[in-house]
Amino acid sequence: MGSGPRTPFENPVVEWVDSRLPIFTMMQKEYGVFPTPRNFNYFWNFGAIAMIMLVLMIVTGIVLAMHYTPHTAMAFNSVERIMRDVNGGWLIRYLHMNGASFFFIAVYIHIFRGMYYGSYKKPRELLWILGVLIFLLMMATAFMGYVLPWGQMSYWGATVITNLFSAIPVVGESIVTLLWGGFSIDNPTLNRFFALHYLLPFVIFAVVFLHIWALHVVGSNNPLGIDTKGPQDTVPFHPYYTIKDTFGTLVYLVIFCFFVFFMPDALGHPDNYTPANPMVTPPHIVPEWYFLPFYAMLRAITFNIGIPFTEIVIISAKLGGVLVMFGSIALLFVLPWLDRHPIRSARFRPQYRIALLVWLAVFAFLGYVGSQPADAVKFGIPLSYLGLLGTIYYYGFFLAILPYLNKHEKGRDLPPSIHESVLKGSA
Amino acid sequence: MMKKIILPFIVLALATASPLVFAAEAEQHAMPTPADLEAAAELPPEGAEADKAHAPDHHAAAPHGHNEWHFSGMFGSYDRAALQRGLKVYREVCAACHSLKRVYYRNLEDLGYDEGQVKNIASQYNVTDGPNDEGEMFDRAALPSDHFVSPYPNDNAAKSVNNGALPPDLSLIIKARHHGPDHVFGVLTGFAPPPEGVTPGPGQHWNNQMQSLISMAPPLSDGQVAYEDDVPQTVDQYSRDVVEFLAWASDPYMEERKRTGIKVIIFLAVFAGLMYAVKRRIWAKLH
Amino acid sequence: MASNTKADHGHPQDGETRRDFLQLTAAAFGAVGAGVFAWPLVNSLNPAKDTLALSTIEVDLSTVQVGQSITYTWQGKPVFIRRRTAQEIADAEAVDVSTLRDKQADKDRVQKAEWLVVVGICTHLGCIPQGQKTGEIKGEYNGWFCPCHGSAYDTSGRIRKGPAPLNLPVPPYTFLSDTLIKIG
Repeated sequence: MGSGPRTPFENPVVEWVDSRLPIFTMMQKEYGVFPTPRNFNYFWNFGAIAMIMLVLMIVTGIVLAMHYTPHTAMAFNSVERIMRDVNGGWLIRYLHMNGASFFFIAVYIHIFRGMYYGSYKKPRELLWILGVLIFLLMMATAFMGYVLPWGQMSYWGATVITNLFSAIPVVGESIVTLLWGGFSIDNPTLNRFFALHYLLPFVIFAVVFLHIWALHVVGSNNPLGIDTKGPQDTVPFHPYYTIKDTFGTLVYLVIFCFFVFFMPDALGHPDNYTPANPMVTPPHIVPEWYFLPFYAMLRAITFNIGIPFTEIVIISAKLGGVLVMFGSIALLFVLPWLDRHPIRSARFRPQYRIALLVWLAVFAFLGYVGSQPADAVKFGIPLSYLGLLGTIYYYGFFLAILPYLNKHEKGRDLPPSIHESVLKGSA
Repeated sequence: MMKKIILPFIVLALATASPLVFAAEAEQHAMPTPADLEAAAELPPEGAEADKAHAPDHHAAAPHGHNEWHFSGMFGSYDRAALQRGLKVYREVCAACHSLKRVYYRNLEDLGYDEGQVKNIASQYNVTDGPNDEGEMFDRAALPSDHFVSPYPNDNAAKSVNNGALPPDLSLIIKARHHGPDHVFGVLTGFAPPPEGVTPGPGQHWNNQMQSLISMAPPLSDGQVAYEDDVPQTVDQYSRDVVEFLAWASDPYMEERKRTGIKVIIFLAVFAGLMYAVKRRIWAKLH
Repeated sequence: MASNTKADHGHPQDGETRRDFLQLTAAAFGAVGAGVFAWPLVNSLNPAKDTLALSTIEVDLSTVQVGQSITYTWQGKPVFIRRRTAQEIADAEAVDVSTLRDKQADKDRVQKAEWLVVVGICTHLGCIPQGQKTGEIKGEYNGWFCPCHGSAYDTSGRIRKGPAPLNLPVPPYTFLSDTLIKIG
């Protein structure tokens, strides 16, 4: 790392450090002069925005941890003490609560950007996989964080999600008991969730580092999805993209702050302001909004899968739902090998573009389905049935449409270079 | 150029708005909330059936109206006079059954009382302290540093004298319900004779807001609490005032939060505008 | 670093002033924003409102006999209250202030000569000195003796011998009546 030839710095202190540990040379190379495609649109802001949100979550989280007590008898009270007695505690907690949502919003847009412009394709497969890993770690972290206030949704959300593992044949029940450290969600569970909730963000940070490292090896994709061919196609990262990212981040923060200061509880659930009660389940359990599409897929499988006309069940409805839910994320891991079309950007793949936009709409619709009670009926059709249709499209997109398009989509002609395309666009 | 800017933010706006839409949708189904049900206690089976029989009426009844609250909106604040009246209603009526244990007497300075008045209010209550040097628990007058004294020593005691229903703590009641202010106002003003076919069990009362039988008797009646200022002494006004007070109890930093928010958003917006100018300036050189 | 990269790109000179001004303003905004954001995080570590609310205590002195000492916890620290005997008062007042390490007259350390109120934490490294309970060593000046490093305090709580630099501090307190004081 940074052990190549070095240009001396003028500042003697910087030079003294850099000649011993070339950290300034590295920053200069990776963030100063780093050649970046000149044709990014604003979708490319969301990586930086997600990074800022991660830092915000870690910073506010560390301070909250200094005031929080991970004990079933005191967790709810300690959170309310943060809200009422700790200086500015309400602000720090609302930043953290809403920060989780806005971290997910940024990451969802970032992921969609990757899918739309084919950023996962060769040579960026590993970069993409590291990204999906970050997403998975975020889900685990967010889930455990939501348990910590020990409200009704915390408790019952934890119960439902940990019970997913009981679907695993043979060892499922033992795994759940192991996760709980007891025979129901209780103090040992809360303690380990707190420990892991504190740990995982730093693991995320490490994987983000790898993600960026991998990015800087192969360089960024761009809206045209064609490779850079020389200096005329790129600009130095600083100041062009440092400034642009700062601008995008600030716009994002304005929206974020609107939520924090004017509707801080809009993204949460009122039931979580009632202390956990292991004897009473709220009638309508919903996970946080960012899990809803996956939750809908979990609930879409309401039937056993077995050999027709026999009583033999191969996959029970319960296991089926769990497999479908985890499978939906597993598909993202192997996306680079499902979509092998040579053209990256959806701009030049009209059929892929339509299929992807429908996929996005279906994903959002699944989110809606997930937010509704399990027995809800809309448009005269049970929602679980529509959820199943959505799940079929979700899977079909990856497993049928993409392989089909690999063979049959011709695509449009690609522009010869970024440089020429930019000149044409501005002319 | 503009198209390039707009697209990601449309996606962002959709992403931001969609959970709100979901939340709004979910609300219709989430009422009444579990704690309400708990407060309603175990309905006798016939009551539950009757409830179902009247299901079609639920939507027609439109559980809660949308009221104008002094504290709603970006610039909303608490009405100090209403808060003080609401405190009086809470102390004279609600406090007989409902605790408010996350609020401390010292917090009452927010309502516009001075230190002496707060001390005076606190001293009208007794708390058990100790053990003293002899190992005995003893009673003393409450101090501003004590939290609001609860009517019952513990939940079981509360249940045993309320037909098995636990009167919920009111410290967070407004935040813990969908459309909290309207909901609580609706419950307080929503008592009515039960619909046909619904037979209340002992200690049960029909409530239009809950659309069920609940274990709370109509707590308020006209003229019950003597107001010192020139405000109608009606159930409607009492309910309004106590909701204002409970909203403050749930969210005591609401005013500071909104004030700070306006400053922060103006700052960030100006900063963003500035960065946009810098960005334009720098990128202009490329073309 | 910023200047370094700027030089690398060799921007044309025109507009340089305006850009510098804009960038400086933007940088100033960033610095102010970061500072304003950091403040609530740091300030949250200060004592919370419930902690502050317990920062004063009222102590009933009516049961304390002459020569007796009592200890109260105030802000998590022990407060020594001693009802001094005439002899102890006389000893404390007789000391020549100029000979003391931390020069304070006894009358500046008490509100009523009979009652000495001090925070019972050795000013050396924070141990709790002995001498409150009957039978404990009071040290050679008949006040308190810190067993950790041998600091001896007199009947006015002043440091007389040993490594401690300062007298035992007197907390803020007021007599609400003859037998009731408020500390803090």
